[in-house]
Amino acid sequence: MPRPTQHNKSSLTQILPSIEKSTSLWMDGWIRLKKNTLAIVSLGILVLFCAVALLTPIIAPYGYEEQDLLLGAAGPSLAHPLGTDIFGRDMLTRVMYGSRISLAVGFLASSVAVFIGVIWGTIAGYSGGRIDAAMMRLVDILYAMPFMIFIVLLMVVFGRNILLLFLAIGAVEWLTMARIVRGQVLTLKQQQFIEAALSLGLSHWTIIRRYLIPNILSPVIVYTTLTIPSVMLLEAFLSFLGLGIQPPESSWGLLISYGVETMEEYPWLIFFPGLFLSITLFALNFLGDGLRDALDPRTSKD
Amino acid sequence: MYIKNMALLSVKNLTIRFHTRNGIIKAVENISFSVNRGETLAIVGESGSGKSVACYGLLGLVPMPPGKIESGAAYFNDIDLIQAKEQDLQKIRGNDIAVIFQDPMTSLNPYLTIGEQLTEPLTTHKGKSRSEAVIMAIKMLCEVGIKDPEQKIYSYPHEFSGGMQQRVMIAMALMAKPKLLICDEPTTALDVTTQAQILILIKELQKKYGIAVIFISHDLGVVAGIADKVAVMKEGLIVEEGNTEDIFYNAKNAYTQKLLSSIPCGEKQLALCDENMIFLRVNNLKVFFHKSNSYSPWSFANMFSGKDKKIKVIKAVNDISFEIRRGEILGLVGESGSGKSTLGRAILQLTPIASGNVVFDDMDLTLLLPSKKTSVRKRMQMIFQDPYSSLNPRMSVYDTLAEPLLYHRLVSRKDAAKEVLRLMDDVGLARSAARKYPHEFSGGQRQRIAIGRAISTKPEFIVADEPVSALDVTVQAQILELILFLVDKHNLTMMFISHDLSVVRYIADRIAVMRHGRLVEMESTADIFKTPSQEYTKQLIAAVPLADPIKEKERQIIAGNKLKFMTRESI
Repeated sequence: MPRPTQHNKSSLTQILPSIEKSTSLWMDGWIRLKKNTLAIVSLGILVLFCAVALLTPIIAPYGYEEQDLLLGAAGPSLAHPLGTDIFGRDMLTRVMYGSRISLAVGFLASSVAVFIGVIWGTIAGYSGGRIDAAMMRLVDILYAMPFMIFIVLLMVVFGRNILLLFLAIGAVEWLTMARIVRGQVLTLKQQQFIEAALSLGLSHWTIIRRYLIPNILSPVIVYTTLTIPSVMLLEAFLSFLGLGIQPPESSWGLLISYGVETMEEYPWLIFFPGLFLSITLFALNFLGDGLRDALDPRTSKD
Repeated sequence: MYIKNMALLSVKNLTIRFHTRNGIIKAVENISFSVNRGETLAIVGESGSGKSVACYGLLGLVPMPPGKIESGAAYFNDIDLIQAKEQDLQKIRGNDIAVIFQDPMTSLNPYLTIGEQLTEPLTTHKGKSRSEAVIMAIKMLCEVGIKDPEQKIYSYPHEFSGGMQQRVMIAMALMAKPKLLICDEPTTALDVTTQAQILILIKELQKKYGIAVIFISHDLGVVAGIADKVAVMKEGLIVEEGNTEDIFYNAKNAYTQKLLSSIPCGEKQLALCDENMIFLRVNNLKVFFHKSNSYSPWSFANMFSGKDKKIKVIKAVNDISFEIRRGEILGLVGESGSGKSTLGRAILQLTPIASGNVVFDDMDLTLLLPSKKTSVRKRMQMIFQDPYSSLNPRMSVYDTLAEPLLYHRLVSRKDAAKEVLRLMDDVGLARSAARKYPHEFSGGQRQRIAIGRAISTKPEFIVADEPVSALDVTVQAQILELILFLVDKHNLTMMFISHDLSVVRYIADRIAVMRHGRLVEMESTADIFKTPSQEYTKQLIAAVPLADPIKEKERQIIAGNKLKFMTRESI
């Protein structure tokens, strides 16, 4: 019987003991991600931002509604490193408090969108036929509903609630995700390894979990990194219309939209919230790229 | 008519390398060859041996970068193709050198009619009027054996079968009356009878127009009948070159000998199996597919009424009955579209059955409860054709092999590693490869992984659906050996589906021939080759190319007339 001749000299000795350990895509992905400096730095920045956001009530130098009307809008100084707004409120404090809302909306609403979208799209695409048609018609109907009216209705029925805002945004954003995922699953379903899994007698749920979802991660991650900023901006837009959070509370989006009005006189009012939002988005993009590469065995170079 | 001794194309010391992130890949190293007018040179080698790159490099069709022609010269009509400017090359490409690609399906533009694609080069580059070009196109289509060319020029590529598409490709290549035709595996994607027709067609046209042909192939059988000279390539080098007879009868190089010996030939010794031990019985099995042009799950009418007026029923498997004995390998042969794969899937209950039943070890699978199916699934497995799409790209070899074991609780999590390593030994994979992902392996190794997965649940019955047709000939031989070894070791019963008669002859105890969803003939391997009783079986056997130039030429002369007749019929 023929034996293959190829031998991986370098790893022969290391691999034999490590084979006992469970090998999972996620473990391998994490090992690969650790080698990507840019992604790890981005991850560090995001963790730092989240930590600051969580600890804001303890570490913030001022209260978020604390006004100093005599000072008014002042540029950065030692007492107010990021300056103050027209009511003399400390911008650093407001940016910190704003990050709580923005990051929470960004991550929670996106998670809701990804979770529902991936599961919905996978089930629709995998089932095919009438289940698929019915599920996707529902998506189409929701798509066609005017988004604003939908949110206003939610607010009217359930009252203004920050959690509801997350859900409302998530409930709208998952539609696109479901469509993307379904399209991917439809093409994946044609691949023979799905049929191979079926002939091994694996259950449909196992196939979805172990064969379909890992293979649609690339577009999901890319779309998620696009969803997070759009969700943050959506929150700002809703708040601006009076449907989201209300002043004196703030979020990055809201700070920016107020900053735009006084951009010429007090540029720091838009600069600093904008800077932090940009850093977050950059970090998200780099991390997303890193994750996509790390979770795709084909891109690894080791 | 042509001066035989003058080389039309002579390539000297050509070296092409690819500069990639992972270092320099030496695709073609210092090769020289020449083709005279009216002559056929075959370049034979396994995939990755650089045979296509060498020819595409001459035409400037290798992407640069990463490709780079490091040195060499190629004189075609006293023009050095390597030094020629892009505009000059472009003129030569369309007019003097034409290329036929492997897959006609992807080399024709699906959005243009055949006529448009045939006439476009003439009207835009040669300044012919449209009516003139159309007349030429019709003549050329006639020439390549397409019936009713006047109507066919208004058809789109998808309306043709694979063989017809390849005919159109040939017509397209010949429209500009080239002096050199490069055929890159032109018949690899085709059925054996179609392959025979296309080969004869190429040969006839070559004689008629005095064209030189470079024929790139991995299949020595194909080459034997068509080539005057053969060059054998391995890892970018030409290891042996000579007249076809010399190469086939006195190969000097060890690699050439290995290639020749890898061609499956001869018949298997009949396995000792009890004729009365019926392991699997298929009774009047029918599998129908419903297809209609207007059906789409998207339309509301369909969704709610569930009825569609124009349903076309495709009878993929039409009333088939046969039985498989315990311990035998049954070869199932047929052309593409004959329903052989569907039959295999229907036996494994992977596709819904219209009527009939499958009795496996005294159990009627069609009546089985879904809850019981899982336990039967373990006992019957499948090996797929394409090792590139049959493995989950996101699962390492270890996970792929451990999945069925753990899912069916055949081993505890603790013992899984040991069992996986044992499986890897069984299929001849290095243990160190356990943590690697499918893309890191070659086609043959991937097929070993797929085979390992199929035998992981210790099945008794395996359906192998063209397991070697995507592989190189030397790898094919290894995989066939592996399959025979495993069948023997684990006492397997197998249904081996293939379009390649020589492979089936080598591996199967009995052979069943399928055509248009029906079973044509079923006999023991020896009998079917000696005394085929059906006309279709005879045709199939006659169309198999032999890796023996003299016999092959004789065969072609005999088969030629018959096939020419068939050409007209089968359009």
